Amino acid sequence: MTATAEPEVGKARLRKEDARLITGQTRWTDNLQLTGMLHMAVLRSPVAHARITNIDVSRATSMPGVAVVLTGEDLAAEQGSLPCAWPITEDMKSPPAPALAVDQVNFAGEAVALVIADSAYHAADALEAIDVDYEDLPVVLDLEVALRDNDLVHPDLGTNKSATWIFDSAEAGAGTDVEAEIAAAEVVIERTFRQQRLIPAFMEPRSVVVDSSAGMFTVWSATQIPHILRWMLSAVTGISESKLRVIAPDVGGGFGGKLQVTPEELLCLLVARRMGRPVKWTETRTESMLSAHHGRDQLQKITLAARRDGTVTGLKVELLADMGAYLRLVTPGVPILGAFMFNSIYKFAAYRFVCTNVFTNKVPTDAYRGAGRPEATFAIERMMDELAVELDIEPMKIREKNWIKHEEFPFTTVAGLTYDSGNYEAATARAMELFGYDDMREEQARRRADGSTVQLGIGISTYTEMCGLAPSRVLGALRYGAGGWETASIRMLPTGKVEVITGTSPHGQGHETVWSQIVADRLGVPFEDIEVLHGDTATSHKGMDSYGSRSLAVGGTALVQAADKVLAKARTLAAHMMECDEADVEFASGSFSVRGTSTVRALGDVVLAAHVAHDLPEGMEPGMDADATFDPDNFSYPHGTHLCATEVDTETGMVKIVRYVAVDDVGTVVNPLIVDGQVHGGLAQGIAQALYEEATHDEMGTLTSATFADYLVPSAADLPAFLTDRTTTPATSNPLGAKGVGEAGTIASTPAVVNSVLDAVRHLGVRDIEMPMSPERVWTALQGRPDEGAGEVAAGGLGSIDAQGGQS
Amino acid sequence: MHISVNVDGVTYADEVEPRLLLVHYLRERLGKTGTVVGCDTGNCGACTVHLDGHSVKSCQMLAVQANGHDVTTIEGLARDGKLHPVQEAFHSNHALQCGFCTPGMIMQAIDLLADESDPDDETVRKGLEGNLCRCTGYQNIVRAVQDAAQRMKPGAGPVQEQHSDEHVTSKQPVGGE
Repeated sequence: MTATAEPEVGKARLRKEDARLITGQTRWTDNLQLTGMLHMAVLRSPVAHARITNIDVSRATSMPGVAVVLTGEDLAAEQGSLPCAWPITEDMKSPPAPALAVDQVNFAGEAVALVIADSAYHAADALEAIDVDYEDLPVVLDLEVALRDNDLVHPDLGTNKSATWIFDSAEAGAGTDVEAEIAAAEVVIERTFRQQRLIPAFMEPRSVVVDSSAGMFTVWSATQIPHILRWMLSAVTGISESKLRVIAPDVGGGFGGKLQVTPEELLCLLVARRMGRPVKWTETRTESMLSAHHGRDQLQKITLAARRDGTVTGLKVELLADMGAYLRLVTPGVPILGAFMFNSIYKFAAYRFVCTNVFTNKVPTDAYRGAGRPEATFAIERMMDELAVELDIEPMKIREKNWIKHEEFPFTTVAGLTYDSGNYEAATARAMELFGYDDMREEQARRRADGSTVQLGIGISTYTEMCGLAPSRVLGALRYGAGGWETASIRMLPTGKVEVITGTSPHGQGHETVWSQIVADRLGVPFEDIEVLHGDTATSHKGMDSYGSRSLAVGGTALVQAADKVLAKARTLAAHMMECDEADVEFASGSFSVRGTSTVRALGDVVLAAHVAHDLPEGMEPGMDADATFDPDNFSYPHGTHLCATEVDTETGMVKIVRYVAVDDVGTVVNPLIVDGQVHGGLAQGIAQALYEEATHDEMGTLTSATFADYLVPSAADLPAFLTDRTTTPATSNPLGAKGVGEAGTIASTPAVVNSVLDAVRHLGVRDIEMPMSPERVWTALQGRPDEGAGEVAAGGLGSIDAQGGQS
Repeated sequence: MHISVNVDGVTYADEVEPRLLLVHYLRERLGKTGTVVGCDTGNCGACTVHLDGHSVKSCQMLAVQANGHDVTTIEGLARDGKLHPVQEAFHSNHALQCGFCTPGMIMQAIDLLADESDPDDETVRKGLEGNLCRCTGYQNIVRAVQDAAQRMKPGAGPVQEQHSDEHVTSKQPVGGE
């Protein structure tokens, strides 16, 4: 064991993970081939709402290679209901959620029957031979129509409203009464924004393999949450948790989309149990679009009260959130994650948030990168621009006037959170410098004066977010069904190598590299000597997995604590070995020494001594391993300033991002290369919401964007180069000082882009354009008559939801 | 139908159904699971391989169409334990996160660099338009491809040249982009 020369934390280490990924040696779930393995194919409902009156599987059953065809009736006695772990209110309405529809389908894409065959091709062939008779029911698609309860998604519930969740600053004692602030306000701005429905669109389609041999159920799944999945599969099926092993091998992206207990995971398990043979299911892309959960889909009515000098006083948020047809794992809680973030970095006196969760005949929604916080950030950053326009105050100045000053931290907000650290002035100054803000404004003025056909817009997003999910006591108070802690173990091996076991479950984030850096620093062992094990409940027996930008802030902290436990024990043993008082033992660069002497014991020698256990202090257990579990006291609060310049071609409606600057404060950075990568990818997804992506339905509820030809995940040619930088105020809520970075780019970028486009065309009479701001929508908005609310005609495309934007 | 295909330097003779997709032949029959399927419509490019030195989307081809041809996959790029310069560049520039698009992205990048030895930002972005990545925002991918171009330049060093030649210069400049 040799000492590491320079600190690992802060170093742009190239990733350990890459070796297998760039050579095709990766372990994707779909790569698995087990002896005697069967293949499952899923017949999906082509209609959004119907009673199943008959299913004839006789032809399918006799097709070549088909082992069995199963319907919901066949599995009704054992399939239970898919879990929802977040009943946000005591009286929340939640329908039974069968993995395989029994007598009714509630969205187009819902699983109706299964073919189990000897090959995936044979299974797919037999799907076409299944005859299902549907009796159509009225289709409920529009949120506001659904709210009228004329037609019901689940008649047994008696309403399409699942729950209403309220936070009120006056009731919570965190601020004044919002209605009073609105009544007393010099300016009141009211806007409605639509958060279109998005599809996470991870690149690796979901895949599940279940092997029931050897008296165990081993479940391989392309999941973000092996530990939660194991717990939930046990809870739903009654299979002992100790007889279930879940493995998330290499997982090709998730973005919240694989934070789920899916129908297909449960179905593969039930089929493997029934058949006594291994079963695999791998979805096609279209299946993924039709059945994996979607994200966003909210209508946001925002009322902002302010004084004429630009000081904001009150904020009222009224949300309608589309649940889709069922409540999946955390579906109802996603909008609630935004509840504490609408006030953002600004000092409102009063705040009220009311969210009504609504059922429709669409794919269930659930977590998608940012989950609730992008929606909140979008709304508040749009509103700050609207206020700036209303009062004719420079948009950055109006933000500065209202944000929390750096000397005011820690700061308890009107939503009741305590922001531990931040410096909005510093991030903003750096962003404006990199962007060339003043020059850009001059160029904009020039083009306006010239009447150029290509106008320039500048968009601002001074965001914050809450991440590092989450303090368990807060989750409990929010009625979430699990904790938010994370765990780590360190095993010091007798040869001096180190095994790290983490409860986080990376799927592209690079934990193997970053966790190695942390341990290398802490223990003074070489980076290369550390192996990180994850994603297998047999080796990593507990954990809360990866989502909500939590892995480093929570899981990394558990790792630091485990390392400190190793060191504490090693220090005791080293003192014993060096025959000195423990208080005189110093540790540096992987070696213990006695203060003021040349006596030294390398950590490796101490580990070996612990392992052979020939001479240990009285009462010391052999070995040198440690476990630690960390439950954070607080969330962490990354923030930053993003500036976006767009060119809008007023003749075609085409939008081009010509400059994008992101300055983020994500606390202490362990690996800048990986952090930059997270920001880049986050920006791409946030920009995609602003400009490209939307899940669309026809009037019958058929998803009309069910392929990558229709759902516009941006390519390299659609995105600009980004200019990124960082400012740093370490988080005080964990010893690493890390705040989390996974979602920041996505949360920040959508409003920066939208504000920019509107800034380019507002002087032409456009007041709002719905997302995604396609050339068609931008062009249409530009044709509108400015005096009659151009934004209202801007919606269009293939959206199933009626236009709601542009109201003012 | 009987086919004979050379994949990554090994000739395989197999009976296949006419409808079998090339990507499924590679993955299921030959165990070449380095090549993956990301969509069904040819939009994502995750399944990109080379057919006689040109990039093709192997989910848009039948195995029988590869009869008598040479297929190179991500698994056939490294030589004698040495990575292809494009593989090296993807690693050095952190051009991958989850890595699912990476095999196809690398295969397409090699094809692109055969046509454009010193591509600018715009050329790389256009050249990779048929390959989707959800993780990286493409910034580091563009950087990696440009870095690889430098690594593969004549005179860039014997090590790089050694294993770039076969796959890049063997490509005939007909058709393609």
